[in-house]
Amino acid sequence: MNEALVTDGITHDVTTDSASINGETILEAEDLSVFYGETRALNHVSMTIPERQVTAIIGPSGCGKSTFLRSINRMNDLISSCRVEGELRFRGKNIYDTDVDPVALRRAIGMVFQRPNPFPKSIYDNVAYGLKIQGIEDNMDHRVEQALRRAALWDEVADDLSKSGLDLSGGQQQRLCIARAIAPDPEVILMDEPASALDPVATAQIEDLIEELAEQYTVVIVTHNMQQAARISDLTAVFLTGGELVEVGPTAQIFGNPENQRVEDYITGKFG
Amino acid sequence: MSHRESADLAFETTENLRRKRLIGRIFVAICLISASIGVIALIVLLLDVIYEAWGWLNLTFLTSPPSQLIEDYLPGARGAGIFPALIGSILLIALTAIFTIFLGVGAAVYLEEYAPENRWTSLIEANIANLAAVPSIVYGLLGLALFVRAIQLGSSLIAGALTLTLLILPIVIVASQEAIRAVPDSRRQAAYGVGATQWEVIRDVVLPAALPGIMTGTILSLSRAIGETAPILMIGAATTMFRPPITDGPGGIPIPDLFGPFSAMPMQIFDWATLPQAGFQHIAAAGIVVLLAVLLSMNALAIYIRYRYETKV
Ligand SMILES: Nc1ncnc2c1ncn2[C@@H]1O[C@H](COP(=O)(O)OP(=O)(O)O)[C@@H](O)[C@H]1O
Ligand SMILES: [Mg+2]
Repeated sequence: MNEALVTDGITHDVTTDSASINGETILEAEDLSVFYGETRALNHVSMTIPERQVTAIIGPSGCGKSTFLRSINRMNDLISSCRVEGELRFRGKNIYDTDVDPVALRRAIGMVFQRPNPFPKSIYDNVAYGLKIQGIEDNMDHRVEQALRRAALWDEVADDLSKSGLDLSGGQQQRLCIARAIAPDPEVILMDEPASALDPVATAQIEDLIEELAEQYTVVIVTHNMQQAARISDLTAVFLTGGELVEVGPTAQIFGNPENQRVEDYITGKFG
Repeated sequence: MSHRESADLAFETTENLRRKRLIGRIFVAICLISASIGVIALIVLLLDVIYEAWGWLNLTFLTSPPSQLIEDYLPGARGAGIFPALIGSILLIALTAIFTIFLGVGAAVYLEEYAPENRWTSLIEANIANLAAVPSIVYGLLGLALFVRAIQLGSSLIAGALTLTLLILPIVIVASQEAIRAVPDSRRQAAYGVGATQWEVIRDVVLPAALPGIMTGTILSLSRAIGETAPILMIGAATTMFRPPITDGPGGIPIPDLFGPFSAMPMQIFDWATLPQAGFQHIAAAGIVVLLAVLLSMNALAIYIRYRYETKV
């Protein structure tokens, strides 16, 4: 898998860490700091993310949740003022090594954004876009159907795949975006508050979907909704102001019996 | 203050309110008059030109070369008209369109999508906006020095098109930049998120969404260029040509004569207007009607494109 990330074919030693709960570590941040110009948005973050689990990132607004997520698939590269220090390893390979091509990396790590952002194209073309870009041409119809089924959207759109993605409801659009992200079969799916723009029914559908997705994919989800994190995640990381990772652990433990007083205050609603 | 008499609750129109309403009505009247003056002036102008041209404008006028004799323009006579200048203008605009689309869109894409955000880039952007305000005769001088003399294209069709390209390029660049900037960033991110390269994002996301805006901006600039007289006068376009700038290509197919002399409608109209013989003001008016018809069709096309595509994005 590592070869896919590396444009010149060099691979590095794979070191796995077993600090995580039930599952191989797939992602590992070590001393990760991110700056926008002079402003520090992440402050020496170290954590491991296990494979095929849902890891929730929670914390008050502006604490660096989105920044952390964007540093996993190097979407931060698109922000010219952004600078990264420390390491972020994907299956042991530091993705900030100079031989990693961010475009190749994003093919292995899909992303779903806060607001549904389908292309102004048909449902079919939306899902097929990632596949076409990645040069996957065979079995296109089957792959599109598979992705729509996994995103729990197939039954609602199967009769007219030529309809514009923009003509769907908000919740359907977000599931279309999920289908688009999983169609090329990435290993990790990053979701940045994917339900924050949706109504409660659509939110519940997305939550169910996320739990199903975790059977095949590693899901890292940012949410400001603590009940949501408690419901769907296996592991929870709590960031607090200043881009600091204050506590990370099994979700039941974080919500039941956090070690850190500030985390307890945040979770019980004393601030944030 | 606790209990008011109902008489205190005054809902009648007060003197103060009456005065404010009056000011409001006067303001509306002023705005209406301002709007009408512009529209009425335009309509009067159009009616006057059409009245002057009436009876002189017919199909023969569109398909015949000009003449110095007013009799030739009369119905049933030998036939004279605007043909070479009409074809000259159309070819001139078509060539200008090709040059501006490539240069304008290229520059706008570079400035918006690739250029680093530094002082150089903002200096360049500010100056492009300034260039849009430079009088057209200055571009004529530049075209004369650069294309006619330095590159030795002579007073040719291609020199004219390149000069008009310089003239409208700043406007096209600014309009294209605006269209590109209006493409929501979330859509670029969606494409990057599935592993698109920057070129793929521009090709698949940015350009399709920006194209209607780019096209309307370009067509509106071209319709400005088609009426320009000063720049093509400077580079030495002919006032009167008896043949359109067309030559035989391979196999006898007619192709534009890029390096030959040309005339354009504004030049031809100017020539007619300065002829002393009585009656030529009608011929000039007929020429103006043809020029306006071409110009308004281009604007209509721009409006159609905007209406057709912008509602969908
Ligand atoms: N593109 C950017 N440029 C400059 N500063 C940014 C940018 N994006 C985020 N920040 C700053 O980084 C900090 C963390 O932001 P973010 O990661 O978006 O927080 P969260 O997602 O937790 O609300 C904030 O102080 C924010 O102002
Ligand atoms: Mg955020």
